[in-house]
Amino acid sequence: MSGPGEAGTTSLIVGGVDRGGSRGERSSLRAADLLPIGTLGLRSRRTRAALSALGIAIGIASMVAVLGVTRSSESHLLAQLDKLGTNLLTVVNGSSLGANAEAELPVTAAPMIGRVDGVLGVAPTAQLGTLHVYRNDRVPSGQTGGLAVRVCDSSLLATLQGSVLSGRFDMSGPYPVTVLGHDTAVTLGIDRFDAGTRVWLGGHWFTVAGILNSFPLEPEIDRSALVSADAATKLLGYDGHPSRIYVRTDPDRVQEVANLLAPTANPDNPFQVKASLPSDALTAQVAVKQSAGALFLGLGAIALLVGAIGIANVMVVSVLERRSEIGLRRTLGATRGHVAAQFLTESLVLSTLGGVGGVLIGSAVTAGMAVNRGWDVLIPPQAIWGGLGVALVAGAIAGLYPALRAARMSPTDALRTT
Amino acid sequence: MAVLELRTVRKTYPGEPPVESVRGISLTVQEGEMLAVRGSSGSGKSTLLHLMAGLDRPTSGSVRLAGRLVEGLSDRELAGLRAWRVGVVFQQFFLLEALTAQENVASGLLYRGIPARRRREAADEALDRVGLGHRIRHRVGKLSGGERQRVAIARAVVGRPAIVFADEPTGNLDSANEAEILAVMRGLNESGTTLVVITHEQRVADACGRRIELRDGMVVS
Repeated sequence: MSGPGEAGTTSLIVGGVDRGGSRGERSSLRAADLLPIGTLGLRSRRTRAALSALGIAIGIASMVAVLGVTRSSESHLLAQLDKLGTNLLTVVNGSSLGANAEAELPVTAAPMIGRVDGVLGVAPTAQLGTLHVYRNDRVPSGQTGGLAVRVCDSSLLATLQGSVLSGRFDMSGPYPVTVLGHDTAVTLGIDRFDAGTRVWLGGHWFTVAGILNSFPLEPEIDRSALVSADAATKLLGYDGHPSRIYVRTDPDRVQEVANLLAPTANPDNPFQVKASLPSDALTAQVAVKQSAGALFLGLGAIALLVGAIGIANVMVVSVLERRSEIGLRRTLGATRGHVAAQFLTESLVLSTLGGVGGVLIGSAVTAGMAVNRGWDVLIPPQAIWGGLGVALVAGAIAGLYPALRAARMSPTDALRTT
Repeated sequence: MAVLELRTVRKTYPGEPPVESVRGISLTVQEGEMLAVRGSSGSGKSTLLHLMAGLDRPTSGSVRLAGRLVEGLSDRELAGLRAWRVGVVFQQFFLLEALTAQENVASGLLYRGIPARRRREAADEALDRVGLGHRIRHRVGKLSGGERQRVAIARAVVGRPAIVFADEPTGNLDSANEAEILAVMRGLNESGTTLVVITHEQRVADACGRRIELRDGMVVS
């Protein structure tokens, strides 16, 4: 597309017949002129241009939004996983006693697990299956609210890396004192408490000492009223058997420790013991989101295809409408290549506008959704470059046929007005 | 010196039966001439114009345009010849409505690959020559018919081509504008532009220095 050189431009005003007509007198179009020529048709038919670019924009926007939303929610989950850690194991008795009741593990299980290499912390808990917690002694015993009573010791908070919402976490001494899980406090309607706040628990009044923050991976703690082992033994007939043990391990040795948990917890009957990784549930959610993302990405691709066909359609019509312009340009000295380049540029400009618009819309949708859900806004750069790239390719393919059609037109056919 | 030489040029369009629009025309246009080709519709005027201006190739015979034999040129070379050596004025003007007079005239130099600034300078000068120096920045959509045709003439002559063809240049104009356009073309011819005017109007033909008459694809006088 470069000019015939400055030597050619000197003959601009000379022109005469005497010059044989060969030296440097090629038909050439400067690259800088291609864009103004290529946008001429768009500038004179703005509405049509905007509508056909919109087709591409919708396709690109949906692809960018799918990638952005998936990535943002994924990163939120991963951040949550990171915060909670993937090195917490839970040990329960595998033989279930019903929907929510836990079977007991050997008394020696917790101290034995504590001796396993790679274990950083152990927190035994015991669900007192027959007992429930009530706001006061007038509440009918059937209205349990799904809340449980759970024995634990002071290692629980450190092992679960939990925190206290208000009050204190005190699990020492045989006193009728309880600490409420987050949901338990909400269900009982206790959002604020003082030294006189009591709950009715296993036929005794227990003073509320504190309320814990929620444990995302251990909902059973949230739905419990926690009591110390000493108090449970003295007042509630607790026999010392744990039913659920939390184990925090060295992050690099999770699997190794997990394999040892069952035989360690119950050497006589290792098959009764079930060790699990609560974070697996979150990991599974990540996978689900990714596969859903792939589906929506496919839908975005279909939208893009429809958009590209729209552009091809508009370009074909444009070539038919602008026959006389094509004839004029050939008369002015345009080659077939120049005509093809003009229409291809037009199609590329359309699809680029669509691509840029689509990336902006897709990013806005992602940002809106992420802010709404409390995620960090995360738009993968590949989605942006990929979106623009795909739009360009779609524009090139859509513009190719109309451009070649325009180029094939002979000057005399193009100039024929009827 | 001859700018254009046609030797027994024929153009036949395929069909059943084949249509022979131009039947063995020979003619020569000298540098500085102003030639009128007159003929009624169907006489082969438009086909002859396309052959003379290098927009089409003859079925037989030879066309030498600005010193070069059209039949020996590739499509690209022919495009180069049109870009540098030929100007054409159409009955329908064929202006780009969205652009100004200056931009339309400058597009006459677009396919020579010269910088935009120099194209604009040459366009201003060409608009001056056709008496439209005051309309440079006007959109052509806002101009009168006669002014639009003058813009088209300026576009044809902006690169000082070896020869300018005008195809029914006054066909879409009233008589006042016709006189104006003929005056502009005569003025250009007097300052050295070689012109071929294709027309069916005797009045227009009479304004030219030399006339030939076309009938059924042949020169009759």
